[in-house]
Amino acid sequence: MELSRHWRLQDQRYRLVGEVCDTCGVKIFPPRDICPECSKPAQELYTFSGRGEVYSFSTVYNAPAGYEEYAPYTVALVKLEEGPVLTAQLTDLGDQEPEIGMPVEMVTRKLRTEGDQGMIVYGYKFRPALAAAV
Amino acid sequence: MRDVLIAGIGQVPVGEHWETSLRHLGAKAILGAMEDAGVDRLDGLYVGNMLSGPLSQQEHLGALLADFVGQRGIEALKVEAACGSGAAALRVGYAMIVSGLAEIVGVVGVEKMTEPRGRETTAALAMAADGDYEADHGVTFVALNALLMNRYMMEHEVSHADFAGFAVVAHANGVNNPNAMFRRPITAEQFVRSGVVASPIGLLDASPIGDGAAAVILASRDVVRALGGSRPPVRIAASAFSTDALAIHDRSDLLFLEAAARSSQKAYEQAGIRPDDLDLFELHDAFSIMAALSLEACGFAPRGGGVRLAQDGAIALDGRLPISTMGGLKARGHPVGATGLYQVVEIVQQLRGDAGHNQLPNPFWGMAQNIGGSGASVITHILQAPE
Amino acid sequence: MSDAHPATRPISGGRSVKSGRSTLFESESLLLRPHFPVGIVGYGAYVPRYRLPAREVARIWTGGKGGVPLGEKSVPGLDEDVATMSIEAARNALLRARIAPDLIRAVWVGSESHPYAVKPTSTIVAEAIGAVPNIQAADWEFACKAGTEAMQAAIGFVGAGMARYVLSIGMDTAQGRPGDALEYTAAAGGAAFLIGPADESLATITASYSFVTDTPDFWRREGEMYPSHGDRFTGEPAYFRHITSAAKTLMEALETVPADYAWAVFHQPNVKFPQRVARMLGFRSEQTEPGLLVGEIGNVYAGSSIIGLTSVLDMAQPGDRVLLVSYGSGAGSDAFDLLVTDKIEERRDLALLTRDYISRRTEIDYATYARFRRKLRM
Repeated sequence: MELSRHWRLQDQRYRLVGEVCDTCGVKIFPPRDICPECSKPAQELYTFSGRGEVYSFSTVYNAPAGYEEYAPYTVALVKLEEGPVLTAQLTDLGDQEPEIGMPVEMVTRKLRTEGDQGMIVYGYKFRPALAAAV
Repeated sequence: MRDVLIAGIGQVPVGEHWETSLRHLGAKAILGAMEDAGVDRLDGLYVGNMLSGPLSQQEHLGALLADFVGQRGIEALKVEAACGSGAAALRVGYAMIVSGLAEIVGVVGVEKMTEPRGRETTAALAMAADGDYEADHGVTFVALNALLMNRYMMEHEVSHADFAGFAVVAHANGVNNPNAMFRRPITAEQFVRSGVVASPIGLLDASPIGDGAAAVILASRDVVRALGGSRPPVRIAASAFSTDALAIHDRSDLLFLEAAARSSQKAYEQAGIRPDDLDLFELHDAFSIMAALSLEACGFAPRGGGVRLAQDGAIALDGRLPISTMGGLKARGHPVGATGLYQVVEIVQQLRGDAGHNQLPNPFWGMAQNIGGSGASVITHILQAPE
Repeated sequence: MSDAHPATRPISGGRSVKSGRSTLFESESLLLRPHFPVGIVGYGAYVPRYRLPAREVARIWTGGKGGVPLGEKSVPGLDEDVATMSIEAARNALLRARIAPDLIRAVWVGSESHPYAVKPTSTIVAEAIGAVPNIQAADWEFACKAGTEAMQAAIGFVGAGMARYVLSIGMDTAQGRPGDALEYTAAAGGAAFLIGPADESLATITASYSFVTDTPDFWRREGEMYPSHGDRFTGEPAYFRHITSAAKTLMEALETVPADYAWAVFHQPNVKFPQRVARMLGFRSEQTEPGLLVGEIGNVYAGSSIIGLTSVLDMAQPGDRVLLVSYGSGAGSDAFDLLVTDKIEERRDLALLTRDYISRRTEIDYATYARFRRKLRM
């Protein structure tokens, strides 16, 4: 169990803290040392809104060790409204079929647990955007 | 630059080798290649392997295998680039000969995948992806390819069934390869009906993982001449390596394998040929979507056109660009770190005229492309038949 | 005196609760009233998506012949727990409060289903909403009133001038033993309240009052998966005695009567109890109807009374007076008197309403419920 690795990622996992490039203005997730667009260093932190849309998705039936209890589950490439694409699970689908282009929003959920005795890893997932009912 | 020749090849059948350990699999392939080349001494040994640590609790494969093939004392090391580890090791061996640092070296790709239970192997394979931002989210290696395939099907308006040709051709070719894991043909209908692993990828889209090892002996022309062996040497006419973003969500264009395009382009330039000069292409058909994307990136089809090649017979043994001529990853099997060496060994068989029932008529140029991850490391080699 | 029923025995300085007689001075001194005026600056509800109809439980355990205490209950998804649910309710509260999370000085989560036995839920919530590190954080436990307990503590913290904002949450993923009466009702959900200065509040909190005794009507021993309860002992001496005592004392002290309140919310373990206790106290069903959610979502324990309050705030008008009374087994009741301000109009729609979550509904069968609640041995 890598306690410090998961702990170190909390800003990204809990709040989608990425960066905006000082030089070219591109939004980056996750943070890096060098902008992938213009290769310049030193970025400003930037918190993403958590709104986006499904760019692609796949429902996983053969789960790897550590994720068996959640199978089948759906993973997706989510294009955030600020630009970057990230990989995350879709959750709260209920009977809803996921589709490319579907608006989604970030929620914080359990990603996995290290057995009954280990730590619980929390992080971002995305669910169909909840519009107010009225 | 001086020529690098393949003086010998060796391989073990891909499968479930319950009674053979990692070291003995590797040793069999190396010793087979040394015997084929007629040599008993190497200057160096380069081992392509991805998962010996997590699956067999064994690293430090260079020294281990050097010792177990009777070469204690030589330079030996492991090279890792996920599923591209085999070809990455070949590139290191190639660099040793071409630079003059060595005269004769062995390169082996070896993977022992049946050691732990399946789910642990699945989890270990996901290490090829971005651990913090892909694998931790429950994304399997299959799922990454499924994300590519789903988007491809949507953008190019093709169906899952349109990909059947890749698996059908690979299985047809695997029937006659004694080293293939699956030696039975399949139909397009079976492809469509196979169980879903990660939608839309079905069981017959995905290459089977297994235990395996394949090896080559590389040497300079002077050494090959001195050996005076009976095997006609095949020349490595090009060796090129290119990388892309590790996580697929970071790619600038999800449906174009930039690294495959760059690596193949460099290889064509080195060999001084054009794509249509090639007589065969051992591509990285770990999944049918990877076959389609590779064909597009390497210049054989426009974007969205890769899948069409699976439908019009172009990729069969008698087509204009035979691929997976000995079964490919799909039917020969995909022992991940060994795959790149199987591809090269099979092209040598074709170029020597030793491919048995699957022999192509007088092939001269063959290309092998080995992909690590979902396109983050792409290694392309072009081989030229003996003159 | 010695042979009197516990419920009629005089308490608090010889004052008989049953008779309700006491001087104004006495009852006013019992009030929990802050030094500085405080209120609710932001609020947020959360209910998971899945619903288990009570008839599904009846199908498995009574062949479908037994009666059911409510329509259906909410069930958390496989990836939800009190921490994740609290985070969403807290984010809704922050959206309505429109304050920076680093202005919060305490994050308190009340629950009887904290994901860890040792390791606070509150730190996870505080980290997720960006409130760390200049905060106080703690988990609260008092059966179904752990949420209102956290609110009272927040009122104290803010009302004493120690902090400008405190986040109080009551949230549960309640456990019911398979086949037990509680399995029909034990549900998941809750609410978060950001307590702050009265002049920033969408509802001010006039005062609160707590009524607590040692009454063993319901408990869960350390290390046990499911709670135990005293069947009918949970009624008169427990739920009804504590709620009526708390409500009456609060109203006496404030010199209010049921007709002064636009809305009233009582802890809702099933449909009948809150309706009956409302009648006992003299409230009409129209006053309790907007906050009565148990028939649709079940008993969400530490979140039960307070999610009734979020539902009321979702529709209340400026000037409306609201009575909130929780009940926690073991046992105690916290009663609150609130006054809705005109800020409610501009804040209400800044986040999802309680009803938005209730309408988002996917029905599941008992087998799926058994899997979701990890009742299958793997």
